[in-house]
Amino acid sequence: MTPEEVSEFEAKIRAYVGRENGPRQRGKDDVNVAMIRHWAEVIGDQNPAYTDPDYAARSPRKGIVAPATMLQIWSMEGYPMCQSPKVDVQRELHNVFESYGYTGTLGTNTRTEFYRELRPGDQVNFHTIIDNIVGPKKTGRGMGYFIETVTTFTDQNDEPVGRQVFRVLKFVPPPQDAAQAAGGQQAAAVEAATRIASPRGHDNAWWWEAVDQGRVLIQRCKACGTLRHPPRPMCGECQSIEWDSIESTLDGEVFSFTEISYPRFPGYPYPLVVGVIQLAEGTRLVAGITGCEPSAVRIGMKVKGKVEQVDEKTWLPQFYPV
Amino acid sequence: MNRETLRYGGVAVGDRLPELKIDITTGLIVGGAIASRDFTPVHHETKAAQDVGLPDIFMNIITSNGLMGRFVTDWAGPQATLKSIDLRLGAPNVPGVVMTVTGEVVAKDDAAGTVDVSVTGENNVWGTHMAGVVRLELPKEA
Repeated sequence: MTPEEVSEFEAKIRAYVGRENGPRQRGKDDVNVAMIRHWAEVIGDQNPAYTDPDYAARSPRKGIVAPATMLQIWSMEGYPMCQSPKVDVQRELHNVFESYGYTGTLGTNTRTEFYRELRPGDQVNFHTIIDNIVGPKKTGRGMGYFIETVTTFTDQNDEPVGRQVFRVLKFVPPPQDAAQAAGGQQAAAVEAATRIASPRGHDNAWWWEAVDQGRVLIQRCKACGTLRHPPRPMCGECQSIEWDSIESTLDGEVFSFTEISYPRFPGYPYPLVVGVIQLAEGTRLVAGITGCEPSAVRIGMKVKGKVEQVDEKTWLPQFYPV
Repeated sequence: MNRETLRYGGVAVGDRLPELKIDITTGLIVGGAIASRDFTPVHHETKAAQDVGLPDIFMNIITSNGLMGRFVTDWAGPQATLKSIDLRLGAPNVPGVVMTVTGEVVAKDDAAGTVDVSVTGENNVWGTHMAGVVRLELPKEA
């Protein structure tokens, strides 16, 4: 943008600060048990205060209340949002941003205060103002402005029941994002991260291939019978290069361990405990310890291993407390 | 869900909440969007989400807020009352990730009888999805 365009743009957006997004409106549905139950069901919220009328009647509240986090829901426009959303003042402001290249939209913060709990039958009225525009700021997503709206919620008696500050970032997507926005397919190629691939070379590929089949093998010297791990070409005891293998039962105990906290690698579960496992056969193996809190892991703890598929591409032995 | 509500005096700064792992599925994302009457296409239509540079549909803020509230009341019990949620959004929750929610009591206000719990939801692919502080009121007496 030229300096003239910048000042023209700035003047246009700043003119929206303090404006009402229309008059106070009544929510399409008053607070009701059906919408409460539908919400609690999806959120997995088993709080009987929301959905168990008998419990609620006996409780100090003397009846069902709506989850506080439904406050904004009572003000939603609903299905028209995906057909022809209403062009209100807030939408108009977004359109100004978009006409100057700020096409990205990202909800970044909400701060919601609940003044009282809502009950079935309560009416919810809402009123939104565009409270502030902060920027331009350089953000992780690109250059952008934060639009802050404040919505106040009142009931049938005009008493305040809550307030929400909603912060949205309008940003200029970087070129790569724009290409993705245009193509879509490129974005579709983004894959969930998987674990770092095992290094498979001439001397150890056979070991990893057995893991892929669900078995952990231990290399055995054909000349003197000594077991060894990790795989290597020559016996350290007798220098023979003839070998075969046995399958481990994966019974063992923790010889040593560490919890990896930082940096976090994409594709790994956290908390992540990695141990050196002393196998019953006598060799040691580096593997994940899972199935218990990291604080419960002890040196000498008996463990049993299983070869498991840990992501789309990776099979690994993992050890669980016995 | 803890059916016995915690008492204000029984909670201390530094107390940790039981961890909650949530599988983020298409069903949860679409279900949360529709139950919250949020029909913005990026929350139910893959193509619309890909048009804004994401690999798939992503969770709406109202659902994240709801999960954060549930996580804290699951621990505190049914008679706890939510007073505020200050929520900051980070990496998107898309189908296939697992979000691990953890929390810790960070402040108490004796006069108001309120407790502040700091909550973080980390997804295993892209990192922190949500972070915030939930304020709730707990009964003082048994």
